[in-house]
Amino acid sequence: MEAPGKPIESNALKSDTMTHLEEELTMLKSEITVMWQMVISQLYKTREALLEFDKDLAREVVSAEKRVNSLELKIDRDCENIFALFNPVAVDLRTVLAILKINNNLERSGDIAEGIAKYIIVADHPFDAEILEKTEILRMYDETNNILEDVLKAFETEDTRLARSIFKRDEVVDDINVKSNAVVAEFMRNHPEKIEEGLYLISMIRKLERVGDHCKNIAEEIIFNIEAKVLKHKSKKKKEE
Amino acid sequence: MVTDMTTHKLDAQNVNVYYDQAHVIRDVSLTIEANTVTAFIGPSGCGKSTFLRLINRMNDYIDGFRKTGTILIDGEDIYDKKVRVEELRKKIGMVFQKPNPFPKSIYENVIYGLRIQGINKKSILDETVERSLRRAAIWDEVKDNLNKSALSLSGGQQQRICIARTLAVEPSIVLMDEPASALDPISTAKIEELIHELKSQYTIIIVTHNMQQAGRVSDKVAFFYIGELIEYSATKEIFINPKKELTQNYITGRFG
Repeated sequence: MEAPGKPIESNALKSDTMTHLEEELTMLKSEITVMWQMVISQLYKTREALLEFDKDLAREVVSAEKRVNSLELKIDRDCENIFALFNPVAVDLRTVLAILKINNNLERSGDIAEGIAKYIIVADHPFDAEILEKTEILRMYDETNNILEDVLKAFETEDTRLARSIFKRDEVVDDINVKSNAVVAEFMRNHPEKIEEGLYLISMIRKLERVGDHCKNIAEEIIFNIEAKVLKHKSKKKKEE
Repeated sequence: MVTDMTTHKLDAQNVNVYYDQAHVIRDVSLTIEANTVTAFIGPSGCGKSTFLRLINRMNDYIDGFRKTGTILIDGEDIYDKKVRVEELRKKIGMVFQKPNPFPKSIYENVIYGLRIQGINKKSILDETVERSLRRAAIWDEVKDNLNKSALSLSGGQQQRICIARTLAVEPSIVLMDEPASALDPISTAKIEELIHELKSQYTIIIVTHNMQQAGRVSDKVAFFYIGELIEYSATKEIFINPKKELTQNYITGRFG
């Protein structure tokens, strides 16, 4: 079997200057990278806002969400233009398709950051340190942010091995999510006055778990882009092959 | 009258063309800005080539040709009696569908226009050859063989020599009538990249049957149908959201 990501030998047809389409694709890639960094920063800020109970920072996240949305629209439009004007084929076609879908997954991750920020804004008092500790929500944050950063790295360096590693790493996030039910239930039994807080927390954990899923989707798109393999709806074992 | 004082590179108003009784261009008005690429598209016989040829007066000697309306270039009526066609064509170059180099050396092909103008000073000719071949993105391929016959080159190279020949007389508008339709995909890509490059210095109008090519190279697209200008707008608009159903049917291939 050929090594994954092995480029087609095409030196004979390669020129040293970029074609118009290549310029457009380079621009598109740099835009999606900016989008990525914005979303990473949004999620990181909600972590800080949660930890420090910093409502101003949470409000900042809500207001920056508008910028994430407008960049999403711009990237959508740029993909549309490339399809319509350049009729990309082969790897170029896969790149534009992959970016279009990555864009969508990033935008939803941005929505999640906004959603969490809104819970922090409406909460009456700082979140209980004990429950933050027990639910491992901060570790969940760190894991999802690391995964988001690594899928970005995999995208930038066209590293399908790194992309494949995401499927396994998302399990850590899933695991924290599954365990959180019992932890939060017990917390609410012991602190009936803090039921609302428990509910907010469980909602946040659910949302973070979704970010992990979006990262998996993104990893699938990266592999599709480079190897033209469709991994959607395949078993985890198959995906990691 | 419009109060807009800006001068368009090309300003055609209510242009009609007849070949005897046949009314082949019907009341076409359009303006083209400098340093843009405009693509004329439409089915065969729609008038796009006729319109292109009007711009450097190549229809003048066709039997039964008659035109009404005005075509201004840089604000001047190119059909005015004072205009000398040779002078006009120095300003408006033309590249044809089939590469048509003269059976001469590459060097002589490029400076043909200058020779006709009586320019024979070697330093000027040398300089023009290099500059034009560079602009036509073929200098590196032929610089060591300038005395070789242009006919010995490949089709794609010949076409770029023809483009260099056109650029040598320093036109401000370059008309291209399906310049890549006789070329393979690699030569086509080279010509398209070249068009993209040349835009900064020239105003380019290209007739093409290739929708993808129109999309890739042009800023604006004019869709002609049975002599009429049906739709004229930014290439993105035409290819993403054409306003007329006829345009949509044509570019999607659902025609007839």
